[in-house]
Amino acid sequence: MSAEPILTIRGLNVDYGTGTSGVRALRDIDLTLHRGEVLGLAGESGSGKSTLAYAVTRLLSPPGVITGGDVHYHRPGGETLDILALSADELRAFRWQELSIVFQGAMNSLNPVHTVHSQLTDVLVAHRPGMRAAERTERAKELLNLVGISADRLAAYPHQLSGGMRQRVMIAMALALEPEIVIMDEPTTALDVVMQRQILRKLVELREQLSFSVVFITHDISLLIEFSDRIAIMYGGRIVEQAGAADIYRDPRHPYSEGLLHSFPALHGPRRELTGIPGSPPHLSAMPTGCAFHPRCGKAFEPCAGRIPVLTRPDAAQEREVACWLPAPPA
Amino acid sequence: MKYVLQRLAFYAVTAWAAITINFLIPRLMPGDPVEALMSRYQGQLDTSAIASLKALFGLDENKSLWAQYTDYWSHLLDGDLGLSFTFFPTPVGEVISQALPWTLALVGITTLISFLLGTGIGVYSGWRRGSWLDGLLPVTTFISSVPYFWLGLIAISVFAVKWPLFPFEGGYDNSLVPAFDWPFISSALYHGVLPGVTIVLSAIAGWILGMRNMMVTVSSEDYVMVAQAKGLSERRVMFAYAARNAVLPSISAFALSLGFIVSGTLLVEMVFNYPGIGFQLLQAVGAKDYPLMQGVFLVITLSVLAANLLADMAYAFLDPRTRKEA
Repeated sequence: MSAEPILTIRGLNVDYGTGTSGVRALRDIDLTLHRGEVLGLAGESGSGKSTLAYAVTRLLSPPGVITGGDVHYHRPGGETLDILALSADELRAFRWQELSIVFQGAMNSLNPVHTVHSQLTDVLVAHRPGMRAAERTERAKELLNLVGISADRLAAYPHQLSGGMRQRVMIAMALALEPEIVIMDEPTTALDVVMQRQILRKLVELREQLSFSVVFITHDISLLIEFSDRIAIMYGGRIVEQAGAADIYRDPRHPYSEGLLHSFPALHGPRRELTGIPGSPPHLSAMPTGCAFHPRCGKAFEPCAGRIPVLTRPDAAQEREVACWLPAPPA
Repeated sequence: MKYVLQRLAFYAVTAWAAITINFLIPRLMPGDPVEALMSRYQGQLDTSAIASLKALFGLDENKSLWAQYTDYWSHLLDGDLGLSFTFFPTPVGEVISQALPWTLALVGITTLISFLLGTGIGVYSGWRRGSWLDGLLPVTTFISSVPYFWLGLIAISVFAVKWPLFPFEGGYDNSLVPAFDWPFISSALYHGVLPGVTIVLSAIAGWILGMRNMMVTVSSEDYVMVAQAKGLSERRVMFAYAARNAVLPSISAFALSLGFIVSGTLLVEMVFNYPGIGFQLLQAVGAKDYPLMQGVFLVITLSVLAANLLADMAYAFLDPRTRKEA
């Protein structure tokens, strides 16, 4: 895989609310998405996965504010775009054209009063001003075929479609402008397992065809191990470990990653015992000192409660990082 | 289509029930117009005069209630609503058709204005929360909480008496002959300003508040976020995604409020002595003028039903989820 970056996030901080009532939802996030790869983002509810996706696209609704950091997008030609500095018009042009999103709620992502046709083509109206109406309709049909929905469903309203079909329409919509990056925020969470499989298979297929990069957000880490190239694990608004999918599966370095892995049944391989993680995720307004995970960690030792571990490479030879004192205790 | 026919059938049954009740109610009230006339003349009418009055009003025949009911229907279908007692011998149909345009024009136009203006303000203040438009809300809510007749009287005392900018009563200058020409129309418009403005002021807060709240609710829907993420223009997101969904409850409320145009004007027309249908109803009730009362009630009932039908149709047209597939 080429290690050419397409999206780089440096030191990103996001707060909900300001002043004393504000809480920090993302802390010093460093993350790089490479061209053509599938980057998995895993973590429990409230760990900041979706906030990260919204912050990168500047879709955070108040009271969410980006309080620091940089997000850069690298065009295929080598040109670099500072997303956080884009004007409103530039941002509108960037959205969907370069980076599109498949949102969490398959059920509510479509406007109930407009037809599928109108919602697939309004992107084209906004981003391809020269396109004629007949061409737009043609493209909309093509997109539906791409996700395996027959073209006569164009005239349908969202309530006439099943949940799985709606989510496939959303995927078709995300691909309408052939963006470089697609962020998938729990795209299959609201669907049954059979439909999940179908949609994932479709996604793998489409990615091979169209070669876009994917940020895949889910709490289902076993899904990620199968589907993604690299995985970043989030806890309490920080990335606690990132490594290749196989490395995480074989040898998780952070106790939290290990806990997550043992919370889901593996899809392949030998059986193993499910243990789960004791306790519950910390509240953003009452973060534990030191490593946010230490109150729930079975391997916590004396530096964990006092000092915050930063992402470092445990082995200089390996392309992986972990934020834990265990591999390298502080001096 | 099936949906439309179903609704039509439903409303036909409702109309029948309403008309029947409309027929019964005046007959259940004590007293009749001849008694009212007798008391007006303080017993100075002799028996033959009373008998001839009864014959004139059609109250002499001792018909059964059922016979009266069938007569009522056959007259109704001929468009004959009887003769008004108050404006004897003018037919009720004529009295109503003279009063109705005044009411429809005044209240119809002001209802439309307050709906459009209020909803428009609601869309913007809900979309851009915290802008100066939010400051408008307490003011309009305060005005609408003032009882209408009081608002009307204040308006008269300030703008018609203290500073005589506008006439304080009537629908047009009495020296003019009603005709479709500029002097008459301009006079009618001039007389309509005060009642019109007070109606808009007292109604607009409801539209603003309803629309603003729905805008706030809808703005946090996933599909609005998706529309933002799609990089659509702000106008398109605001109108086609947010407002288009938020306006649905307001549309049905508006269609229903159309039905109350005819009946809801009693106070306005009393305060401003406006020659509309509410004013006629007031006179009819005072004079125990059954035919006129029945006629006015009939018009009110039918207009409410028509507005309901309109609301159903508008909703089915605007919200695909309410359309039933056969």
